[in-house]
Formats: sequence, structure tokens, C-alpha cells
Amino acid sequence: MTSFVLNGKTVEVDLDPATPLLWALRDSLGLTGTKFGCGMALCGACTVHLDGKAIRSCVAPLSRVEGKQVTTIEGLSPDSSHPLQRAWIEIDVPQCGYCQSGQIMSAAVLLREIPKPTDQDIDEAMGGNICRCGTYPRIRRAIHRAAEMAPERNKS
Amino acid sequence: MNRPADPRQVHPDLHLLEAVGKAASRTARRSFLKTTAAAGAGLCIAGFVPELLTAAARRDAADAKFFAPNAFVRIAPDDTVTVISAHSEMGQGIYTSLAMVLNEELQADWSKVRVESAPVDPAYNHTVYGVQMTGGSSSTPSEWQRLRKMGAMARVMLVQAAAKQWNVEPSSCQALNGVVVHAPTGKKATYGSLTMEAAQLSPPADVPLKDPKQFTLIGKPKHRVDTKEKTNGTAQFGLDVTLPNMVYAVVARPPVFGGKVKSVDATEARTIRDVLAIEQIPEGVAIVAKSFWSAKQAREKLQVSWEDGPNAILSTEQMLADFSKQSATPGIIAKKEGDATAALAGAAKVITAEYDVPYLAHAMMEPLNCVVDLRPDSCELWTGTQFQTVDRMQAAKTAGLPPDKVKINTTLLGGGFGRRANPASDFIIEAVNVAKIAKAPVKVVWTREDDLAGGWYRPMWHDRFSAGLDAQGHPVAWTHTIVGQSIMAGTLFESFGIKDGIDAASVEGAADLLYGIPNLQVDLHSPKIGVPVQWWRSVGHSHTGFSVEGFFDEMAHAGGKDPYQLRRALLAKQPRMLALLDLVAEKGNWGQPLPAGHGRGIATHFSFDTYVAQIVEASVEKDGAVRVHRVVCAVDCGRVINPDIVTAQMEGGIIFGLTAALKTEITLKDGRVQQHNFYDYPMMRIFETPQIEVHIMPSEESPTGVGEPSVPPVAPALTNAIFAATGKRVRRLPIRARELAATSGVKS
Amino acid sequence: MTRNRANKPSGAVVAALVSFCVSLLAMGLVSSLYAAPKAPRPDTAASSQAFLQVYRVFTSPRCQNCHPAGDAPLQGDDSHVHMQNVKRGKDGHGVSAMRCDTCHQAANLPGDHMPPGNPRWSLPNPRQKMVFVGRSAPDLCRQIKNPKENGNRTLEQLYDHVAHDGLVGWGWNPGDGRTLPPLTREETAKQMRIWIDGGAACPQ
Repeated sequence: MTSFVLNGKTVEVDLDPATPLLWALRDSLGLTGTKFGCGMALCGACTVHLDGKAIRSCVAPLSRVEGKQVTTIEGLSPDSSHPLQRAWIEIDVPQCGYCQSGQIMSAAVLLREIPKPTDQDIDEAMGGNICRCGTYPRIRRAIHRAAEMAPERNKS
Repeated sequence: MNRPADPRQVHPDLHLLEAVGKAASRTARRSFLKTTAAAGAGLCIAGFVPELLTAAARRDAADAKFFAPNAFVRIAPDDTVTVISAHSEMGQGIYTSLAMVLNEELQADWSKVRVESAPVDPAYNHTVYGVQMTGGSSSTPSEWQRLRKMGAMARVMLVQAAAKQWNVEPSSCQALNGVVVHAPTGKKATYGSLTMEAAQLSPPADVPLKDPKQFTLIGKPKHRVDTKEKTNGTAQFGLDVTLPNMVYAVVARPPVFGGKVKSVDATEARTIRDVLAIEQIPEGVAIVAKSFWSAKQAREKLQVSWEDGPNAILSTEQMLADFSKQSATPGIIAKKEGDATAALAGAAKVITAEYDVPYLAHAMMEPLNCVVDLRPDSCELWTGTQFQTVDRMQAAKTAGLPPDKVKINTTLLGGGFGRRANPASDFIIEAVNVAKIAKAPVKVVWTREDDLAGGWYRPMWHDRFSAGLDAQGHPVAWTHTIVGQSIMAGTLFESFGIKDGIDAASVEGAADLLYGIPNLQVDLHSPKIGVPVQWWRSVGHSHTGFSVEGFFDEMAHAGGKDPYQLRRALLAKQPRMLALLDLVAEKGNWGQPLPAGHGRGIATHFSFDTYVAQIVEASVEKDGAVRVHRVVCAVDCGRVINPDIVTAQMEGGIIFGLTAALKTEITLKDGRVQQHNFYDYPMMRIFETPQIEVHIMPSEESPTGVGEPSVPPVAPALTNAIFAATGKRVRRLPIRARELAATSGVKS
Repeated sequence: MTRNRANKPSGAVVAALVSFCVSLLAMGLVSSLYAAPKAPRPDTAASSQAFLQVYRVFTSPRCQNCHPAGDAPLQGDDSHVHMQNVKRGKDGHGVSAMRCDTCHQAANLPGDHMPPGNPRWSLPNPRQKMVFVGRSAPDLCRQIKNPKENGNRTLEQLYDHVAHDGLVGWGWNPGDGRTLPPLTREETAKQMRIWIDGGAACPQ
């Protein structure tokens, strides 16, 4: 039995501790916002936060998250109000949308670490997230936009 | 080279799908007529949902107080408007575009408009192709008339309902923003408040449509309707569907196309926790388990001995050599104007070149998957498909059920690019076969490795060109021999899709050149090879765009002409492309100074009735690595529904095309696919993405598609830019850095 | 100490032995009389030869891929730049949303091309990058002896690093589908020992 805090609530799953976190989230815990794209940490679609840091859940064994905090796209904000989510909507970033949970989860860590990222910061933080639809120009714009928004929200 | 008037001359798949559609709809029409007769109403207008026409269904709809005047729109008492999309949303923004088209006439409050996917029903057949499907960059043009009519029909009925309530003339009422207003009395009623009344009315036989000058929605950059759910994890893709008591499955498929199971040893695989069944199916060996992870673990332990069959000899190296050899022999003539052979013989200068492109996988981010709930007397599927009618027929056949007992729920697609419109319904039939052994609702999941090795690729192509120039360097002859597998051959559609030995998809973009070259000949070889091939974003244009525009550049340089100016000269009779070419040259700073080592390349391509011209600015590092700095794209797609979606499709197609130009190929050795996952089938990433600028040509022509047309010109614009920067001509994709390295000689 | 330039190893060995004995006598005959095991005799020729063996290991993909010239780790037997635009970062563990442990676990994952793992997976920190890629054998030799460029290590600490460090040891346990360095860890440690005991001589 593996126990961890998922989006603020303690959960338990009875799976082989070598099972990747991704499949526990999707198939056992019913949170399907985190996506399967490659299974090898090559595409970033499965990105979640582990104690606030970005990890690829498709290769993280369940044993790694025992007792820790996991945040998925469903837990990023209670009402889709994270600056990144608002910027994504404002700029209409997604096309098929499949990779976007992972893109946003990576970008969320970037913005927390570097509140005003440069293009180079974005290139370095987001290089692990593939988008086959080619929304990269909009992802870049939306991250910059969210960086502008974040202080707006803090002010209010 | 006049543009064919009938789009079906350009899109071969239209013919065959139409034919299949007719066959499919014969059955459907019978049931449709029967239902209509039973309902007994004067339902002569197109677009009814047959199931809504049964008395019971009608009563249900009335109980729920919905107003569903036709198959494409439903209005609820809370003013929510649901547009039912016959086309699958795979990222191209079609839910938004179609809702805009319908609501332009309905005039509901745009913020209340939702979109859901249509069930499989003849009511939703493609207006041109005749089956329910999404592809060929055809969704918007094919719905342009129909959905405006559907919206107008609903509006007229809502106005009638209000007028009846108020006892006034309908013509004295106006509908705007979801409210019917009677100005003389100041009476107002929201659409939602009129649903009961409107549902009692008979639909009008015909409805007038707005003058485009009155459009208030079409042409505006409205936000997409599906963005929020795609940013908070709630969007439902096929892979996200979960049913009670659902089990999971993976399939062990043969490593060589057409291979068969010789023997299976599942002893070790069965030791994996939660494995429920391991059984042979026609496609290979299915492993069913309580979780995907268990099924996958078990597959790794499964010992299967395969009978490889004749395709075990296939190798890319051999095919390249064979194709080149074959291209030196005459093929079946696809296009002949003037006498190219004589003109070449009499030319002052002749140049020839051969171009190659590889097999390519679609590699949608969401791997293929299908959920099937198979019961003795019914079969229900949940999947992201582009090919509903055909898939339902195939699922029914596989399940041994009549088609009307098969229901397909189309989810959002995590990318399609053609793969999810499989001519053999491969992932559908396989999933139904798995369901037969699963004895429970089952989700069949493909891994990335399954996807890349699973076939149904964009075909490998070889193109051999000759051009003859006169003494002034002006082109007088052009011959183009194409070698590559037919996509239609061997499919259900072969007899419809191949005319006189020519699969039109093999020669599109080559046999319908816009350039005015007096003597032109295009011929085709269609070798039969045991690698399943399929349409891949921009289909045949994905190779002709590259080869034609690359060779055109060679021709320009051979004749001492500026590549832009020569294109201008030969597009004199193509005003739309000519205007676009001038626009891209201006916006892309053609002829202006560049940083040292940078080069500019230009290309145009007409596909899916849409005109695109692009300029790429690139440079090459010492080690041969290509840097793409800027792509300027101009597009003429007729009247624009949503400019932001057009821009997004141009951006996405450019990146898709650059990935093919720079990175990806599927190769075979001993019949085995040599690529596995994104480490050896790499995608372009954010840090490699150039600055992209899109310019849309204003137009009042009918709208044309934008999902594919930005793909074909980007590879040649890039290789032409590389030539400008380095003097090295790239004729084979993907571009190989080692051939461009400073130490490597000029490839010619 | 005699610098060994000889290209005839046997002659060089003799010369080094003579030189070593002379210096021993000079340093203190008495202590040497009481030394039960023979003290290591600096053999510069053997030392630099040993370094060349160690150099083969250091410049094999399993070692040099994490000792790149720039700030991006390398991957694969062709030592291509890490596909995901990974960067060294301030602590050698990557940047913002692309930390090493974003993908790399505490241990290798089974399967070809799966992310390799180690609890300390990282690049050398940016203050001492310990670049191996592109270094000639003499340059790398001088570099790794320099505490300012080797993580402030003495030669013995350097030996210990190669022979016992957990992260370094990953190079010899790289997971499924990866080629191994040309020498085993034991053999590499042995060559390090010869190199150090021979005076940590650098090849020319």
C-alpha cells in the first residue's frame, strides 16, 4: 500500500510499488488529466508536481511518492484560475490539447522558480514537453502573459 | 495548368468515400425513411436526427424541454445552445469554426454555445464524401452551407414561436443574441423560453441566408470553445474513458507486417499480477488485465514465435535503390500537356534531379486506443476516430451485429493527422476482437512503440525530374516521374480510388501544377510493397510540395533566375497565388540583406483548394546542424471563419512540416521498423521552433480548408534557404546534418 | 623526478627505478630500513601509460556524457546533446522545471533507452565543470590533478572518487542497452593507482 497526498487529500493505492505514478493516477485514482504519451520521460505529457518539483509520472515509481505531496493538473487551481490557465485561455494555446496538462505543469514550476522568465528560460524549462500540433509559439506567448498576470492577481 | 473545377479531381478520396458512403447509406436511407414514415411529420428538410423522430424520442425531447429542430443544434430552456458536430475535433478547431458558422444564422448568445460530437448517423454524412468522417481539410468548406441553413432554420422557428405567443407577424420580430424582440411592443423572449413552443412547429421548407456583409461572427477571432477543458484536465480523450468494471488490454503484434503467430508461451506472462487473459486474436496476441500496467508488464514477459512471411526481406536501402531505378523507366501518364520529350530534346539546357522522402508515422500525442463494450446484442465503442461510418461498418462486421446495433461515441482526439481515419479500421477491428476475449468492457491501449511500429505510414516516395530551359533560362519543359505506393491500393476503396492506374493522391500537387510550363508530363509508378500506408497530414502534397518546389528552385538557379521572380513569371495566370507570392515576398523581406551565413528560401503550394506561400530564413552550423530562424507564411483560404484558428493551423502545420524536414523517418531493416519512441523518432521542440508569422489574404471566395495546406511548402522553403546559405542542395528528407557539415562537399 | 619521455617503456622503467632509489636514499635511509612493505616507487612511464588507460574510460560515452564542454549534458554512444535542452543549472542539477530528477530516478529503470538513474544524478557544478569532452589526454591529466578543476580533490580523493563514488560507479552499471566503458571499474581503479603511485605523470 502506497500512501501520498494527492491535490491536498491523502490517498492510498494498492499497487506494486514499481508501478509508475502515472498509472496509479489515471487508472486507480481516476485522475485522467495527466496524460500518457511515451512512457519513457521523452514527451512530458505526464508531468505532475512532486513536493512542488516537476516530475514525469510515467517513469516515477510509486515508491518514490510515498508520504509526499503530488499535484496534478486537476489540483493546480480550484477553478482554472492559475495565471497559466487564464493565459492559455486568453491566447487559445491548445489545439488537440492532449499535451497541454504537461505543458502547464512544467510552466507552473518555471514561473514559481523564475517569475519573469526570458525566452531562454522558457526554452530550458519547456524543452522536455512535446506538442505534435505545434503550439509552441503560443505556449511561449502564454507563459510571458501569465508572468505579467501573476502580479496582477497578487495585487487584487 | 488550370485548377480543376471539381475538388474531387484533386481529392481522390472523395470519389471512393462517396461510393462507399452511397453503399453505406443505402441501408441507412431505408431505416431513415422507415423512421420518418413512422414519425409521420412533414420532415422533408435535411438534417434530422432519426432517433429524435421516433415518437418516444420526441416525447423525451419535449419532456426535457429541448428544442431540437434538426440534427445539428439543440436549445435548452436555460438558453444553452448545443451544436452537434459531425466532424471530429482533433486540434484543428473545428468545434469552434462549425459552431460559429451555425450561430452566424442562429444568432444565439455566443457565450451560451457548446459543442458535442455527433453519433454515427447518415444525418451526419459528409456533404461531399457521403460518409461520416473528418479529413482532407474539408470540414469547414463542406459544412459552410449546411450549418448556416441549420442555424437559420432554428432561428426562423424560434421567431415563429415568439410571434405566435405574442400574436404578431413573424416578420415584425427580430432575433439577436439569443433573444427574440418585437420592437413595436417591446416584447422580448429568450431562446430558452421559446423551446417548448418552437418544438411544436413544423420546420420551414427553406430558409434564406444572410448576405455576408451582415456577418457578425464569421471572420472574428473568437476564442475556441474547447480551451478551458484542455487546461484543467477535464477534456475527455479516448484514452480517458472509464467504464464500470472495465479491463485493459495491449496486443503483441507481429514485428514484420503481415506476420503471423507461430506459437505462444505465456507461462511467465501469466505470473504478472492481475492478468486476466492471454489469447490469440487475428492481429496477434491480446493480453487482458485489470490494469494497463499489468497488461504491459505481461506483454514484456510473453514469448511469441512469429512466422514473418514475405515482408521480412524489406529494407529501406533496397527500396531507395529500387525506386530510383524504377523512376528511370516510363510510368503511367498522369498528366500530359504539349510534348515534354521533344521540348527537352530541343532545350538549350537540361537539368535532372532525384528526390526522396521516407515513410513517416503520424505520431499523434495520444496513442491509439479504443474502449469497447461488447454484448450479445450490441456493441458500443468510445474512441477518437476520424472515420465513423466505415469504423461502424467494420466494427459491426467484426462483432457479427447489424450496424444499427453498433454505437460509436466520438471523443476528443489527441491528434489525428489522418491516422485515425484508417482505411482498414485497424485499431477498431482489433479492439472488437479483443473485446471478444475480454468478457468485460475493455480499453485497448497502444504504447508509443506500438504506434511507431504499427504501420499505416505516409508512403516513401521518389521523384525524378527533368527540366528544359531555353537560351534565356526560361523553362520550356518539365517531366516528373513519381514512384511510391498507392494509398488506395489494397483497401476497400481501391476500385473507387484508382482511375486508369492512377491513384490521384500519388500525383496531387504534381499533376495539377499551377505554374505555366508549356510542355509538361507527370507519370507514376505504384510499386506494391507490404508496408501499410495511409494519408498523413497533406497526403500526396507532403512529397510533391517538397520535390516540386525544390526542383523548381534548382531550375531557377540553372537558368540564372531569381526563384521568386521565376515563380512570378510562371504564375501570371494564377492571380490568387500570384498575389500571395507577392505578399509573402514583401512580408518576408525577399531580396533584403541578411545576417552572414543566413539564407532565404521561398516556396508556394496549392492544396485542398487553399493557396499557401512561405519564406524560410535559415542557417547551417559548422557541424551541419540547421537553424531555422524565421518562417513567414501567407495563406488564401477564401473567406475566413476564424482568423486566429487559421493562424494556429498555419503555425502548427509549419512545425509539423519542419519536424518532417529535419527529424523524422521510419526505416526498415529485415522487414522490421527501426524506430521505437521519441528518442529515435524525434519531434521538434520549443527551443528549436522558429519565429513564425502568418498573413491571411482577405477574400470573399468560399472558405477552404486550413488543416493541411501549410505543411507542404515548408520543407522546400527550408531546403531552398539552405541552398541560398550554403550552396548545398538537399534532395532527401529528413535533412542530414552530416551532409551539410562544413567538411562535407556539395551534394549534387 | 624524472619526466618520462622515452618511447621505449622498458628503458624508461629502468631509468625511473634508478631515479626513485636515488631519491629514496636522499630522503632518509633509516626510515626505509624499517618500512616493512616496500613503499610505492614512482614509475612515471607506467604512470602516464596508466593514465592513457584511464583516459579511454573518462572519454567513453558513459563518463564524458556528464562531463560536457558546454552546459548541456550529452546522451548516447554518439554523445549527442541531450534532446530535451537540459542545462547544468546553478547546482549541476538542472534548471526550474527541468531538473535531473524530473526524469531520472534513484536507480536505472528496466528497458532499453529508459532514463538511467542514481540518487545523485547530476552534472558537475558550474564552478568546477570538470570538462572531459574535447580534452586531449595531457590536458585532461593536468586538469584532473588540479584541485581547482577537480572538485578540490587530492589525488587519493580522486582515486576514491573513481573507485568508490556511487554516481561515478553508475558508468559501470548504466542500465539496459548501454555500452560499458572500455575497462571495468576495478581495472580502472588499478590504472588510477598505478598512475598516482607513479607520480600522476601526464602523457605528452
